[in-house]
Amino acid sequence: MIIKLTGGVVYDPANNVNGKVLDIYINNNKIVSGKDVTQVDQEIDLRGKVVMAGAIDMHTHVGGGKNNIARILLPEDHRSDPVAATELTRSGTGRALPSSYVTGYRYAEMGYTSVFEPAVLPVNARQAHMEMGDIPILDKGGYVLMGSDDYFLQMMAAKKDQQAINDYVAWTLHAAKGIGVKVVNPGGINAFKFNQRQLDLDENNQFYNVTPRDILSVLATAVKELGISHPLHVHGCNLGVPGNKDTTLSTIEGVGGLPMHLTHIQFHSYGVEGDFKFSSGAAEIAEAINKNKNITVDVGQVMFGQTVTASGDSMKQHANHKHASPNKWVCMDIECDAGCGLVPFKYRDQNFVNALQWAIGLETFLLVEDPWRIFLTTDHPNGAPFTSYPHLIRLLMDRSFRNDMLKTIHPEAQKMTTLGTIDREYSLQEIAIMTRAGAAKLVGLENRGHLGVGAWADITVYTADDNREKMFQTPDYVFKDGELVVRDGEIVHIKWGTTHIVTPEFDSGIEKDLAKYFNRHMTMKLGNFKISNDEITEDGRNTLTVQPTKRGVL
Amino acid sequence: MATKTEVPSPFCGIGTDDLVINVDGLSINVLANGCAINTPAFEQAIGDIAPRVKGKEVTLEAAVKKAAELLASSNQTLIGGCATDVNGMRALVSLADHNGAVVDNIAFNASRRNILALQDSGWMNTTLAEVKNRCDLLVVIGTDLEKVSPRFFEQFIWNESPMFLEDSTQRKVVYLGKEPSGQAGVSPVGAQVKVLPCADEDLPELVAVLRALIKGRDILHYEIDGIAITDLKALAEQLKQAAYGVVAWSASELDFSHAELTVQVICELVKDLNEQTRCSGLPLGGCEGDQTANQVSAWLTGYPARVSFAKGFPEYDPFLYEAQLLLENAEVDVLLWVHDFNTQALPPSDVIPLIVVGRSGMHFEKEPDVFIPVGTPGIDHRGHAFRMDGVVAIRLQKLRESGLPSTAEVLTLIDQAL
Repeated sequence: MIIKLTGGVVYDPANNVNGKVLDIYINNNKIVSGKDVTQVDQEIDLRGKVVMAGAIDMHTHVGGGKNNIARILLPEDHRSDPVAATELTRSGTGRALPSSYVTGYRYAEMGYTSVFEPAVLPVNARQAHMEMGDIPILDKGGYVLMGSDDYFLQMMAAKKDQQAINDYVAWTLHAAKGIGVKVVNPGGINAFKFNQRQLDLDENNQFYNVTPRDILSVLATAVKELGISHPLHVHGCNLGVPGNKDTTLSTIEGVGGLPMHLTHIQFHSYGVEGDFKFSSGAAEIAEAINKNKNITVDVGQVMFGQTVTASGDSMKQHANHKHASPNKWVCMDIECDAGCGLVPFKYRDQNFVNALQWAIGLETFLLVEDPWRIFLTTDHPNGAPFTSYPHLIRLLMDRSFRNDMLKTIHPEAQKMTTLGTIDREYSLQEIAIMTRAGAAKLVGLENRGHLGVGAWADITVYTADDNREKMFQTPDYVFKDGELVVRDGEIVHIKWGTTHIVTPEFDSGIEKDLAKYFNRHMTMKLGNFKISNDEITEDGRNTLTVQPTKRGVL
Repeated sequence: MATKTEVPSPFCGIGTDDLVINVDGLSINVLANGCAINTPAFEQAIGDIAPRVKGKEVTLEAAVKKAAELLASSNQTLIGGCATDVNGMRALVSLADHNGAVVDNIAFNASRRNILALQDSGWMNTTLAEVKNRCDLLVVIGTDLEKVSPRFFEQFIWNESPMFLEDSTQRKVVYLGKEPSGQAGVSPVGAQVKVLPCADEDLPELVAVLRALIKGRDILHYEIDGIAITDLKALAEQLKQAAYGVVAWSASELDFSHAELTVQVICELVKDLNEQTRCSGLPLGGCEGDQTANQVSAWLTGYPARVSFAKGFPEYDPFLYEAQLLLENAEVDVLLWVHDFNTQALPPSDVIPLIVVGRSGMHFEKEPDVFIPVGTPGIDHRGHAFRMDGVVAIRLQKLRESGLPSTAEVLTLIDQAL
């Protein structure tokens, strides 16, 4: 079946198309050249409409144990947003951490077609994939969380060579079915189990005598040498701690040019100036990002309202529990692998710190110059639920709206931010880079995030509107793999996406030592730990897609 | 005949996966590493293969059709039991969503004691591998641990070479409440378990006193419920001195009124200890699909497994949707009972129209309107189950060719027939 999308104004940065009127042809699930089309089965008139690839959220907590704990923790939040079943869709609940079906529907209704879970604990990966297996429409994938597991830290302490680390990283990616590697408070989740409450970049994990800097360097090297497209995904030290900008700057400068993605950078960009000993470090951080081309970031924008923070960073989440609102929280140590912490938060515009966090996020967006190296996230649900993205896009694209909002926040926070002096407004092309082309490139997705010939037909069509929030809230059409799934912001058809993984080569000889370790110290056998392909595909609706590694071109 | 090794179990809650099992046709023998829970559960013989409608053998199609008719004509269906694997639970929730049913897991009254504490104030918990490698003090509250989990001590306390202790025999074990029924807690070098025995109904007071002592409050008594205050002070001190204390309980064992408040005090005293040292809670459970039901329900609905779909969307009420109450108050008019694991886990008898999707081998006092015998995940078909710690899901294997359908298959057929 050939569908012709006629006359839309296309923003396709990967192919250098910036607001050009073009026809797009879909043959089954891919975009094809008009020259190869002899007969059109369906034509959709898109004259005057804005056309982009389907959006990709490269960092959103949508699957895994901590999410489910957060769900069970907050029944009152779900009660405020019940979602009824329809002829086509399943029921569920929404808000801060929606149920899996509702997650899929609401992302698709906003024009998103792919989501990536950034904290897949290998021991919890089975659950993460099962949850994501119940997210309809979207493609998904996960970054495996490493760096605080005891096997890895033993390797570090024993000064195993880089090749051995590479093999272990690759083995973990296979076993847990990931597309990238994440590190959270490097070594710190582990240190917390030994009652260490603080771990700066050059401090030792006191048990293993290994520093976060060592861990970052070894893991970033492993990712590079294995040819994994997605750079090491780093949740750095000192999350949320005033003054942590210095740690972040040192992290950026100190990895010797290795590719590294610093996630939810907003939470790591704090100074200690002013009466409240809390200030914005966004300008310095942005300058460092601009200068160091090996660095990419996503923002983790804070929005005002109730949410829940869900993180693998048990050390820092425990330290933050006094801010829990409502006052209930969970921390867990997990299987000599990692940990997690769940702390509900209510960000208030009249709270100085929260208001400044909001401003710091926006400063970061506006001061980082290259949209290919910064990504639009709220670190869902940590800064805000993903459903706030259209509002965030309006803040970035509309200076007068932004300044109106700025006038409503805590007056001392207004004084402490340069936001009001920043004139920049994001263009549609820049939004398309951040949320499509750049994200696909960063995650390492072949033929996603663009609209050229050969691309998978993930396409979102909007009606241009000066109110960008309204525009991005309800697309006219969303196609997933060439099938129309959303019309006028509502689900019209259910299909199932694929799970993206990478499978870099490794020496399977490492399983000998690993099996011993599992027998002696773990609570599962090695063979039972590894996730087989059929676990993901046997339901008949989910598939696996292996993305290429760059090993050959190194 | 075939011998299978490293077989995982959905029955015991700790995700045992070192079972050695002999399969001879349909007969199963646990050759090694069995226990009082796993061995009989695996070796249970297959009973009926054919579905029945009103006691008469019928085809699966006919049984599905009849079940769908009963559900379609129901004003309010109750799905009870809900003891199955992940795919079974997915199909069950889908069916409930389409039918507007109430879903209630058989173990929810026990799970509720933990869930209410979690939903009110949260907790700091740990998982089994952390216990196995880090725990230097195990405090067991109100629970006969070796009865609930026969291999717990062997696997996680007296294990050889824990990573962060020189020797597992350094570990200390203290019981508060029920006395252990056996010797599993005695260390390999003969160190006895310290027991502070009390009746279940005294636990709320004793746990509260323990928390007060941990917080440094004075208690103006020499004795509480028969336990010397000096013993309680010593326990509080032990917990404060431990590098990685673990406080374990089984909600099903805390079978007294408002036990959730005692669970909450346990969780809060663990939090208090973490101001200075490390300590974690360890809620036991996870047997026969209770964690699986709660986990799957949570990601599909936002709530654990006591949910009503009557209004077209999920509503959670830990009290209102209790199966037994709904039946007693005649608020439901069809009961669909699902239990893959235990032939003794029977639905309440002499009720309203009854559909049973249950482990082959169930015997009923009163014949259900529809009975569809199903296989057991981990024996008759592959599947997934969650362990007690809620973090680890295990991959269940298919051990034999029984031809029995899975609960997921049967419920999906009923769902489609609706």
